[in-house]
Amino acid sequence: MLSIPIEYYLILSAFMFIVGVTGVLIRRNAIVVFMCIELMLNAANLSLVAFSSYHGNPVGQIFVFFVMTVAAAEATVGLAIIIAIFRNKLTVNVDEINIFKW
Amino acid sequence: MPFSNQEYLHLLPFIIIGVGIVFSVVIELITKKSREILPWFSILLFFSTALYSIYTIHNKYILFNGMIQVGGKAAIFNFIFNFAALLITMSSIGYLKKYGSNFGEYYILIQSAVLGMMVMAGSKDILMIFLGLELMSICFYVLAGLNRKKHSANEASLKYFLLGAFATGFVVYGIALIYGVTATTKIDILIQNFSAQSSNIIFVTGLILFIIGFSFKIAAFPFHMWVPDVYQGSATTVTGIMSTAGKAAAFSVLIITLTAVYTVNSPNIFSPYFAAIATLSMLFGSIVALTQDNLKRMLAYSSISHAGYMAIGLTASNSYSISGIIFYLAAYTFMNIGAFSIISIIEGENDSRTNIQNITGLNASKPMLAAFMSLFMFALAGIPPLAGFFGKYYVFIGAIKSGFTWLAIIGVFSSVISVYFYLRVVVFMYFKNPTEDINTDTSTFSYSAVIISGAMVLLLGLMPDLLLNLILSVVNW
Amino acid sequence: MILDYIPIFLVLIFSAIIGGAIVFSSKLFGPYSPNKIKQLSYESGKDPVGTTHERISVKYYLVAMLFIIFDIEVIYVYPWAVQFKTLFGEHGLFAFIPMLIFLIVLELGFLYIFVKGGLKWD
Repeated sequence: MLSIPIEYYLILSAFMFIVGVTGVLIRRNAIVVFMCIELMLNAANLSLVAFSSYHGNPVGQIFVFFVMTVAAAEATVGLAIIIAIFRNKLTVNVDEINIFKW
Repeated sequence: MPFSNQEYLHLLPFIIIGVGIVFSVVIELITKKSREILPWFSILLFFSTALYSIYTIHNKYILFNGMIQVGGKAAIFNFIFNFAALLITMSSIGYLKKYGSNFGEYYILIQSAVLGMMVMAGSKDILMIFLGLELMSICFYVLAGLNRKKHSANEASLKYFLLGAFATGFVVYGIALIYGVTATTKIDILIQNFSAQSSNIIFVTGLILFIIGFSFKIAAFPFHMWVPDVYQGSATTVTGIMSTAGKAAAFSVLIITLTAVYTVNSPNIFSPYFAAIATLSMLFGSIVALTQDNLKRMLAYSSISHAGYMAIGLTASNSYSISGIIFYLAAYTFMNIGAFSIISIIEGENDSRTNIQNITGLNASKPMLAAFMSLFMFALAGIPPLAGFFGKYYVFIGAIKSGFTWLAIIGVFSSVISVYFYLRVVVFMYFKNPTEDINTDTSTFSYSAVIISGAMVLLLGLMPDLLLNLILSVVNW
Repeated sequence: MILDYIPIFLVLIFSAIIGGAIVFSSKLFGPYSPNKIKQLSYESGKDPVGTTHERISVKYYLVAMLFIIFDIEVIYVYPWAVQFKTLFGEHGLFAFIPMLIFLIVLELGFLYIFVKGGLKWD
């Protein structure tokens, strides 16, 4: 049976992680920044699943379950914070959220 | 049953807090008076857990197939977390009414954050570290922005959330790489494999990402950008617990993962990294704090420099310096919570009156508050014989024992700089005439929190051996 | 063998008959009064043609947020349900009670949202 070598998964996941980090650093919309953070978590999930299948060890997949649920909880809190800030300031641009010096 | 009843019994501190959270939610649901009941319920929970942790300090068990540890170091950390939460709850009772976020949820979130910290300090598996970290962080994101009408709180919460989640991304990716190389998430097995894997580039990258993620959480220098804004924008009591117990929890994870690595007597490959962040954090924190007029912001920068002093202990990484870190964390918890409680007492409505000018001549109107504030400032500056001095002393001695004398010298130098801005507060309180009358809120509980913290600072300063010997006896567990 | 597939064909045929019967009977017996809105193609209740930068009510996000949490937490139930028979054989009730506790806590969260008015649209 032909299978995809693990390096491919790792390269894809490293690429996703770097796209996520770059996005967090250069994008200014809070929602987009947040989406990039989710991309970083998903890159980690991809690595975990790939390694799990490579080692034939289920721990990695269980870890992914926890990462996903925690990411969902984090997403909920993050969206709630962004909504609260939008209601007060009518913007989600992180450059305009500047009562304190960044 | 796969686990014995005995295991559940040993897990009692976690069960107390966990069941307490569920009960608190029920109380919040069924009664409108939750904001009067919940503080007392929380205090009861924290008090019993803190007592139980001290009681079980010498009974170390690893439970649930090597997932979680109770007793030993974890018990000392649990004591710090619960005591900190206890003091913060006491000073919150009066403060929240003034600040405008007097919700029952506040207390539930503090309880959940403490549960997260306890899981972190007791974890024997990377999965537990991750779960505890997120439970704590998510509660803190919400706590920072609990007053959703307030722009400053919104902003603090958003910044904390974005950077905290960013750090979590690093931690998770690091964990993924570590798991990929070793095919396990058990910390004990990871440590056994450490020397075999320490030249594996993927493993080291994973570990570095993991440590960078936690450097965010301990607020060390290159990863400190969120600290001043978040500490200034959040409610003062929230800042109090975030800067003490939160930092202690992050350090507990670094100690669990790294000290074990050191004991396998491989050369400590992370010493240069921690030496760098220690030096930079100490100097940066102390120097920038010199120019701050806002007390909360000043304490935020001082918190960065204190993270630097503690990172010296991670650099030296012998059992003495690690005990030094734990002692320092306990001392820092009491002095910082004391200082923040006093700020919460003098603070006016809408974040007003947190500047250093607002406490001008405090001695004339509130001599007791002024005396305690000076006590905490002296302790933070590391003036003997107070708790802060012994924290620094043990960490520096540990550094000298491992041959990092230069780091200890930089530490002493930075402490000398920091004396200026701590004493500035004292000078404003004692040697200047009051410009405005200070009407503090007179909640008895806030005062008792201040008095208890003050007593602990004095106790740890006058009898440091009491705690240090306890820590030394369990540090290698 | 090909005979093994006969039940599937039967299912296909019956579902085609029942589906068709429902569609045509409503055409046959139901009142028919078309207007412009009814004639639009179905887009889950949204306007199918319009600007892409439309603003969505912030209440939508509140419901969406709550949905995310309760949707994802079900992930823990799937592996448990798949393995339940084996687990029950090995551990008896112990395989059941932890999940019960988990669901009770989850439902408590739902009850909390409900009582606090998190699901009210107005």
